[in-house]
Amino acid sequence: MTMNDKVKPTARAAASAPSPRRRFLKDAAGVAGGAGLLALGAGMYAKQASALPATAIRPPGALAEDDFLAACVRCGLCVRDCPYDTLKLAKLGDGVATGTPYFEARAIPCEMCEDIPCVVACPSGALDRGLTDIGKAKMGLAVLIDQENCLNFLGLRCDVCYRVCPVIDKAITLERMHNPRSDRHAMLLPTVHSEHCTGCGKCEKSCVLPGESAIKVLPIKLAQGSKAEHYLRGWEEKDAAGESLIGDQVELPVRGLEDKAYGDTRVAPGEGPQVPDYKPAQLPGGGLDSGWKP
Amino acid sequence: MNAQTAAGAKPERKVPPTSVRGAAMRGVAARPGHEAIETKGWLRAHKWLLLRRVSQLGILALFLVGPWFGWWIVKGNLSSSLTLGVLPLTDPFLVSQQLAAGQWPYREALIGGGIVLAFYLLVGGRLFCSWVCPVNLVTDAAAWLRRRLGLKGGKAPAGNTRHWLLGFVLVIAAVTGSLAWEWVNPVSMLHRGLIFGFGLAWGIVGGIFFYDLLIAPRGWCGHLCPQGAFYALLGRASLVKVSAAKRSACNDCMDCFAVCPEPQVIRPALKGVGQDHPLILDADCTTCGRCVDVCGKDVFRITTRFNRSES
Repeated sequence: MTMNDKVKPTARAAASAPSPRRRFLKDAAGVAGGAGLLALGAGMYAKQASALPATAIRPPGALAEDDFLAACVRCGLCVRDCPYDTLKLAKLGDGVATGTPYFEARAIPCEMCEDIPCVVACPSGALDRGLTDIGKAKMGLAVLIDQENCLNFLGLRCDVCYRVCPVIDKAITLERMHNPRSDRHAMLLPTVHSEHCTGCGKCEKSCVLPGESAIKVLPIKLAQGSKAEHYLRGWEEKDAAGESLIGDQVELPVRGLEDKAYGDTRVAPGEGPQVPDYKPAQLPGGGLDSGWKP
Repeated sequence: MNAQTAAGAKPERKVPPTSVRGAAMRGVAARPGHEAIETKGWLRAHKWLLLRRVSQLGILALFLVGPWFGWWIVKGNLSSSLTLGVLPLTDPFLVSQQLAAGQWPYREALIGGGIVLAFYLLVGGRLFCSWVCPVNLVTDAAAWLRRRLGLKGGKAPAGNTRHWLLGFVLVIAAVTGSLAWEWVNPVSMLHRGLIFGFGLAWGIVGGIFFYDLLIAPRGWCGHLCPQGAFYALLGRASLVKVSAAKRSACNDCMDCFAVCPEPQVIRPALKGVGQDHPLILDADCTTCGRCVDVCGKDVFRITTRFNRSES
């Protein structure tokens, strides 16, 4: 039988072939233009979609957001090694760069594992292995954002955010203030100190308000103002120099507060001018000081 | 060629009536691979397809048994993974983007990327596309449906668009200083979605399916995907190749062209256009082996690049 396995002459190909450089360039320009447009679209979309929602917190040790988006390969190994299912990978539509890890403190906060498994798991360098002490993490910064609804600001003793803080008394302290509404009680105001706050979000998670939390962890960029470098803090300069740079100031005594530091007008119970036989006015209809005894 | 067959060639050279050309002559819908099923049996006519599906789904299963059943064999996804806690594997396409964006990864990603790079350099670049990539399931489904529905025409962009796109992907990574392509990359997005949850990524997968089905035949994998182009670059000197070893038995039924995701790679080997040996050396060949399956004459086989023998 005859086999049709001869190599066919390529006259046809030769005739229609290399119509020279011009056609090649024209074709290449069209194709390259199309591909370029597609890539440009992707690039512009990526830039536009790289804004991080304020409630999305990056894992501990995450590089600054710009670098993070260049380094993270979106593999999810940090998510897998998070023992508390805190971290999740962003899905398309979550508003966070697709496939990158983040957590929402109100849902599941960071438990601040001492061995920081998420950072150890990261192969890409997006989570900095220089972070070995979770206490030095800066995932975000807690801000008591709603002073109108915070129970402590209303004069109650909720204190939950303060109690749950893993860095209690450093990252969150309760600052005692006079309660101007009742005029006789103290308010203990939860106050965040950026130096110690890791941004773990346990305060936000445990805020007792039914819906949104009054205290929220925000990206540091959002939460913190920039330092006024031109403003010299007199007290710091004084400490550094050992004496006031502008000489001693006249310190006028405050009656009843003579033994306190100058300028400290906070009044603790039993301090301050004592009025003999002082009795607070009786509030009508019971309430505080109604005389009720168990 | 037409005249030759119409003139009544010898029995074994007759074009089977269900094949692409046979059907075209009779004016009916073609059923590529039907003859192979009749002569070789269904199983042998789907051997490589089945093996490929086992490979694709098996690899996916390795990633999924962790989150589903807590058996952590492989953690992560195709972008970067850790097998049994020791073996790092990273997609060199991602490492390239990362380097272009100006970030130097940790050792694990570099080693993992090196291992994957070496594997595809040695074994076969676009093996990734047909044996691993989950998007292949989507575009194969679109191509199958296209054949079943008899959809003709459509407009696909030029086949080298993907090479340009690959270049631009690296350029935008450098310009934006971020892995910009990964915002839209359907390949990593589908695999990640299957393992970590989809969100709206179904839209992109569906978009590719309908693009391939209705607009551009084999449009995504065969013309646009820069990741495929990347792996094709790796496959230029790789070992595993398809050979049209028994090309003397070819009866010009055209079924292999109908099922091949990169039909342009077949002709040089099968018809000896511009080359003497029967090896398909074009790096665009994904070594899917579908041509081996659908050929009723057993023209093709999967072999190494050193085997230039004909039988």
